[in-house]
Amino acid sequence: MTVRTAVVGVGQTKYSSGRTDKSIPGLVREAAQRALTDAQCDWADIDAVVIGKAPDMFEGITQPELYLADALGAVGKPMMRVHTAGSVGGSTAIVAAGLVRSGVHRRVLTVAWEKQSESDAMFALAIRIPFSPPLVAGAGGYFAPHIRSYIHQSGAPDHIGIKVAVKDRLNALKNPYAHLHLTDIDEEMVRESPMLWDPIRYLETCPSSDGACAMVLAAEDVADATDSPAAWIHGTSMRSEPTMFAGRNQVLPQAGIDCAKDVYAQAGVTDPRQDLDAAEVYVPFSWFEPMWMENLGFCAEHEGWKMTDSGATALDGDMPINPSGGVLSSNPIGASGMIRFAEAAQQVRHRAGDFQVDGARRTLGHAYGGGSQFFAMWVVGADKP
Amino acid sequence: MSTTGSTRRDVAVVAYSQTPFVPKAADHNEVELVMPAVHDVLERTGLDSQRIGFTVSGSNDYLMGQPFSFVSALDGVGAWPPIEESHVEMDGAWALYEAWVRLQHGDIDTALVYAFGKSSSGDLGRVLSLQLEPYTTQPLWPEPDHLAAIQARLCLEGGVVTHEQMAEVAARSNTNGFHNDAVATSTAMTAAEVAGQAMAFDPLRPSDIGPVADGAAAIVLAAGDTARDLSDRPAWISGIAHRIESHAIGTRDLTTSASTRLAAQAAGVGDPASIELAELYAPYSHQEVLLAEAIGLRASADINPSGGALAAHPLMVAGLARIGEAAERITNGDADRAVAHATAGPCLQQNLVAVLEGTAR
Repeated sequence: MTVRTAVVGVGQTKYSSGRTDKSIPGLVREAAQRALTDAQCDWADIDAVVIGKAPDMFEGITQPELYLADALGAVGKPMMRVHTAGSVGGSTAIVAAGLVRSGVHRRVLTVAWEKQSESDAMFALAIRIPFSPPLVAGAGGYFAPHIRSYIHQSGAPDHIGIKVAVKDRLNALKNPYAHLHLTDIDEEMVRESPMLWDPIRYLETCPSSDGACAMVLAAEDVADATDSPAAWIHGTSMRSEPTMFAGRNQVLPQAGIDCAKDVYAQAGVTDPRQDLDAAEVYVPFSWFEPMWMENLGFCAEHEGWKMTDSGATALDGDMPINPSGGVLSSNPIGASGMIRFAEAAQQVRHRAGDFQVDGARRTLGHAYGGGSQFFAMWVVGADKP
Repeated sequence: MSTTGSTRRDVAVVAYSQTPFVPKAADHNEVELVMPAVHDVLERTGLDSQRIGFTVSGSNDYLMGQPFSFVSALDGVGAWPPIEESHVEMDGAWALYEAWVRLQHGDIDTALVYAFGKSSSGDLGRVLSLQLEPYTTQPLWPEPDHLAAIQARLCLEGGVVTHEQMAEVAARSNTNGFHNDAVATSTAMTAAEVAGQAMAFDPLRPSDIGPVADGAAAIVLAAGDTARDLSDRPAWISGIAHRIESHAIGTRDLTTSASTRLAAQAAGVGDPASIELAELYAPYSHQEVLLAEAIGLRASADINPSGGALAAHPLMVAGLARIGEAAERITNGDADRAVAHATAGPCLQQNLVAVLEGTAR
């Protein structure tokens, strides 16, 4: 038996390449305070705090949550730190939701963050360990071959990645928290931007951002007692598979397929493209939009690029993907997954402002990490499950 | 703050396994460290990774100096077909807590928890000083031993702990560890021998400080009848809770452990007389005295029969090992009610308490 659980508060910082106005505690507190205000509660009302972030080597502080306990009002309370690679923001939300769904706590604050201006992600991701294969030039170098493989297998034309890059940046113009506000973005600008890791161009990759995202998760009785709109959790799922083994499909990972099936089954979703009104999907490189459309079952294998090409994934399409502007517009790495989960919740709470999808009742939040091997997803709805 | 215990699902430790805790596992990487413990604990229960409902681990990238060090550990678990899995950048005791919460949902019956750490890869004191507030404290490079020495000094001057108590704790822990086949970092000694040692970090003598060790540990948790099927005498977790304190040690009363006291209450330790045995994660001898007081243990309680963290201190593993050691003694019939404790952060900043029992509620 699980307790019905809802997102009753969301708080985000303004994302930017350097939040030099804030220390790390200041950054996480900004998001947390906004989430508490949105949830109409105070620090004393929080039973437990769950923090997530990507590798500690980014900021050079190991287990920084110990030091953030004060800033997040966790003193005297339970506090946990989740780390599941790029999917961490999603996994953190799921661990926090689990504390409420299990009946252990009634109101939990969850926060995910990264301060890339005090970091060197490329360095941290490129450390060479003896006897281990080097990752080579950060995440872009790792994922470019997957994308080339996708293009080869699906026959997708070159402009698909460009189209995603433009679409997400246009969406970001409607999102005041987004890092990138590229007012003159168009396909030509993306096409002319430098090729970083063929076929990934500069404007087809995500920025490096500072930022934090927070949510307040509450049990049904608490959610019912507040005026703040609720995004009810209809299902949560995590799946992992090993990084490398012979025959592994890195373009269409089984863990992603299994994770989507599991969360859809919990939420009663039988036809995801029909049953879901929008999705916030972890797309750090433009080409991952069509790849994840297939992995999430929105279309058949090798057909994902046609969804993008037809405009189906645009804000006014039949399956809006990343109305907020997505990871391509804001990427505080450890928080990027939680932002997807939070923006999915904002859509069903009708709190998405200028990028609100009309009448959104049920949405998906998605995050992935590692070598496309860790997946975290949730389905949230305006109605109780 | 929490729901009542009556709605809880009964969850037990049904198997524990660890590698030997050694000073330097030089020829093993972390994957090679963790694999034997994981495979052994699965073998003991007859389960494989596909029959485990949830897998969760605890580790720290900084020990190996490698981002995502837990990712390669997953290769050792055999996560194919894909598994439901998560990771905390915390001691494995908190991974076990996450698994316990996950089992409360009721849709799965088993969980695999593991932890690993190869501290010998670097200078642990320097590494852990990177855990401190980064703008004004860390640049001074205070190491855990330095901060623990300040705490011990405060305890001695405050009359909370005596030199004799510290020497007794250090001697008992090291002697217990010497008799523990799985510990390769301690020798038998008397309190007088400890008291005769030259100071390492005054007032801490070498044996007042847990020796850094490499190692891994794994536990299988199971709920209800599944636990009864997998073990003749499961170690039921009747309560488990954790709390954190301020990171600013200057604002804390270091002569007590307020968060341990809160966690012990929340975990339902209850009547101290009922606790026969305790495994406490105290990497410094004076901390065992503080923890026993905060939990309310009686003088007759058997504390750290395994030797505890003063006999071997495998970072990220020591807390999970305390739970495993206490659970084994419940399963063996040595005790009916035991406490297991884990800590993290400078000077006992964060603490977890679990109560283990031989009979389900």
